[in-house]
Amino acid sequence: MTSSPPAGAGRHRGLLARLRRPTGAPRRRSRARRRLNAGIRLVAALVLAGGAYAAFAPGISSAEDTPQLSTAAKEGKALFDKSCISCHGPNAQGVTDRGPSLLGVGSAAVEFQVATGRMPMARQEAQAERKPPVFNDDQTRQLAAYIQELGGGPQLPGDVPAMLAGANTSKGGELYRINCASCHGFGGGGGALSSGKFAPSLMPASPAQIYGAMLTGPQNMPVFGDNQLSPQEKADVISYVVTLQQQKDPGGFNLGRFGPVTEGLAIFLVGMVALIFTALWIAGKS
Amino acid sequence: MITRRLYRSLDERVGSTPLLRKSLVKVFPDHWTFMFGEIALYSFVTLVLTGVFLTLFFEPSTAEQVYRGGYEALSGSRVSSAFASTVALSYDVRAGLLFRQAHHWSALLFVAAIVLHLSRIFFTGAFRRPREINWVVGVTMLALALLNGFTGYSMPDDLLSGIGLRIIYSVVLSIPVAGSWLAMLLFGGEFPTAQLLPRLYISHVLLVPAAFAALISVHLVIIVVQKHTQFPGPGRRDRNVVGSRFWPAYTLRSVSLLLGVLAVAFALGGLVQINPIWIYGPFNPAKATSPAQPDWYVAWGDGALRLFPPADFRIFGRLVPSPFWPSVGLGTITFLLLYAWPWLERWRTGDRAFHHVLERPRERPGRVAVGAYALTFFAVLLVAAADDIIARLTRVPVTALVTALRIAILVLPVAAAVIAYLITNALRRSTGSGVTELTREDMRAGLTPHRARHPAGREPPLVPPPDQVVQMWRNPAGTWRWRWRGPGEELLSNEAYLSRDEALTAARVAFAGVRLEQVRPPAGVPLPPPRHRHPAATRAAGVTGWLALFLLGRRRRPGPPDGPPAEPGEEPPEDPGERAREPAARE
Repeated sequence: MTSSPPAGAGRHRGLLARLRRPTGAPRRRSRARRRLNAGIRLVAALVLAGGAYAAFAPGISSAEDTPQLSTAAKEGKALFDKSCISCHGPNAQGVTDRGPSLLGVGSAAVEFQVATGRMPMARQEAQAERKPPVFNDDQTRQLAAYIQELGGGPQLPGDVPAMLAGANTSKGGELYRINCASCHGFGGGGGALSSGKFAPSLMPASPAQIYGAMLTGPQNMPVFGDNQLSPQEKADVISYVVTLQQQKDPGGFNLGRFGPVTEGLAIFLVGMVALIFTALWIAGKS
Repeated sequence: MITRRLYRSLDERVGSTPLLRKSLVKVFPDHWTFMFGEIALYSFVTLVLTGVFLTLFFEPSTAEQVYRGGYEALSGSRVSSAFASTVALSYDVRAGLLFRQAHHWSALLFVAAIVLHLSRIFFTGAFRRPREINWVVGVTMLALALLNGFTGYSMPDDLLSGIGLRIIYSVVLSIPVAGSWLAMLLFGGEFPTAQLLPRLYISHVLLVPAAFAALISVHLVIIVVQKHTQFPGPGRRDRNVVGSRFWPAYTLRSVSLLLGVLAVAFALGGLVQINPIWIYGPFNPAKATSPAQPDWYVAWGDGALRLFPPADFRIFGRLVPSPFWPSVGLGTITFLLLYAWPWLERWRTGDRAFHHVLERPRERPGRVAVGAYALTFFAVLLVAAADDIIARLTRVPVTALVTALRIAILVLPVAAAVIAYLITNALRRSTGSGVTELTREDMRAGLTPHRARHPAGREPPLVPPPDQVVQMWRNPAGTWRWRWRGPGEELLSNEAYLSRDEALTAARVAFAGVRLEQVRPPAGVPLPPPRHRHPAATRAAGVTGWLALFLLGRRRRPGPPDGPPAEPGEEPPEDPGERAREPAARE
């Protein structure tokens, strides 16, 4: 500190000294004075920084006192405090070993998890399963609004089904086979992952839910952000999945679209059994 | 009328009557398990019929093109010609999807029927002397069926089969020392290559089917020459065949079975979707899909690859990668054992005799145990190939499932073999006809091991059985017939004879050592007299024919085309020929 300060620091101190001491004459101060001065400056800087933070930061105290929530979010908070708080904690901050913090997950995640019935979970398990949703559409939107206003995060585009109008299904199929088929399967029927986890079937998923899943990466799914799959490409993929969902299998009964496993079962259980009965009928046991 | 004249003119030129007469009265034993081979044969017929249709539209090329066709979800994609033409077969060609699916279903059926046929042959001992050649031919056809099934599965160049080809490529690479060279040789470079598809195609539609046609012919000719085996039963001996004549009874059965196979293949092809490659999408090395399995008949290899632990060994300083053992290793051992089985069993039992009557499975508990081991082993492998689907449906973690299956592959086959041995051994000692009739005493008796050795090829001594008799009579038309009567059963000769001696010879060959008696003709319509020539003349003509052939052979040069080898009806005497008992010239 005392020995040869850098040039910049020296100039800085000189400036402050000039402000305080218009005479400008360099004069040696006592060591005690210098120390006192530094202490005062430190306290002042701390007060300044703290005050600025208190004024500009999204206030902790002010949020508790005067919640700046919209009407929908208030409704959502009421629902949250009733059904979600036990695992996700007050103000969605999360509870250790029970549920993660929801700050920053965005409304897209809430809409996906709640609309597909995955949340609220019935119990703690490897992976939440799709089931009939507990909340209706309005309540889902209110919950989403609450979480969105609480911590921000990704949001669904306004009208996902409308985006499908201009989608390129065959490009979506290409993207699906590159990005999705390795877990969800060629036919969208889902597949097994490690440790009892699984990629669910896409057959019951709505376009908005698929979009939400790609955007937020629920459970074991990776996030496909807008820099990986642009919104247009997401629409292409959704368009392909919708085609898979709606496709009437031209070949007849599809055996669950499991591929050769069920086909092999079918040839023994149906084809071979039919022919064995034919042979019994024709040749008998003489 | 026209048929008759046409046939006459044909007969005058090629002299087909003796052959036809012989083959039309050929006797085939009746049992439903004898139909598996025929199901396989007719599946092959279906495969050829539908396959010819498919070749008219399929393009075996990996040249890329932009898909424009009936399946909208692919419209505009760049796909290979092979894939595009297969999708076009499914969507744009009239009846194309029906034929594609019927072809694929009958391929699955073909191999299934072959495996059942093989199991029947195995468990009843039909591979024993003199039928080892046909066993070898049959096992070769099984191997060819697996090969052709896999090439057909791989040809559409879809994502699922592309994954399978990549696995095969890796399997070939895993062969020590020669692997990379073999892979280069087979695939024409590093996977994926453009050369592969034409190779798969030519082998699938020409080479292997031609080999099949040849082997099937050999298989059938050997059956005709050696006669079909029959199950033991009243009146059935190593020297006769009890069953229905080829014409009309057996022809009717066989044709109805052909129609049944066609019906099943086309019903499945029309009603149940198989190999929807438009859903799988075109192959691209960067893509993968799950679940991914091959067709059932190669899935055992997939299952073995999934179960085998990742263990690389070094043998003589050479790395043997872990995929080698469950794929090439297992396949080689399986087929070597299959090929060698008739000789292995002969070495074990010392039984070198000729057999034409089958064994019931219970007579050989050891063989049943080996068969049960093998079938259970491969069944567990098939289950293992589907582990991801099972994990998904049951929510059991894949890793836990693999561990369980690794234990199962070691334990279950042994357990199945032990249980099968005990049950067959108990059955052998019981008087019951089936598993349900086993008593506690039988099971206890079954616990003592089976030690009885085969009576080293000796036929049972010819003591006249007291409860059997062969009865002969003279028909009002002057011809002779006979029948065999045993306890509760009666077998009628299905040919009439011109003389008493002739009938006597036939009855003695078919039922040697059985008491003979002459009776009054029973009621019923007698057969018309046979139209073959007088035996003495036939014999003389036969001797002449043989003499002529012999002389021609001595000249060591192909004789003149008008050389008189044999006229119709001049066949060497192979009396008493083919009768209902088909007393064949067997020693």
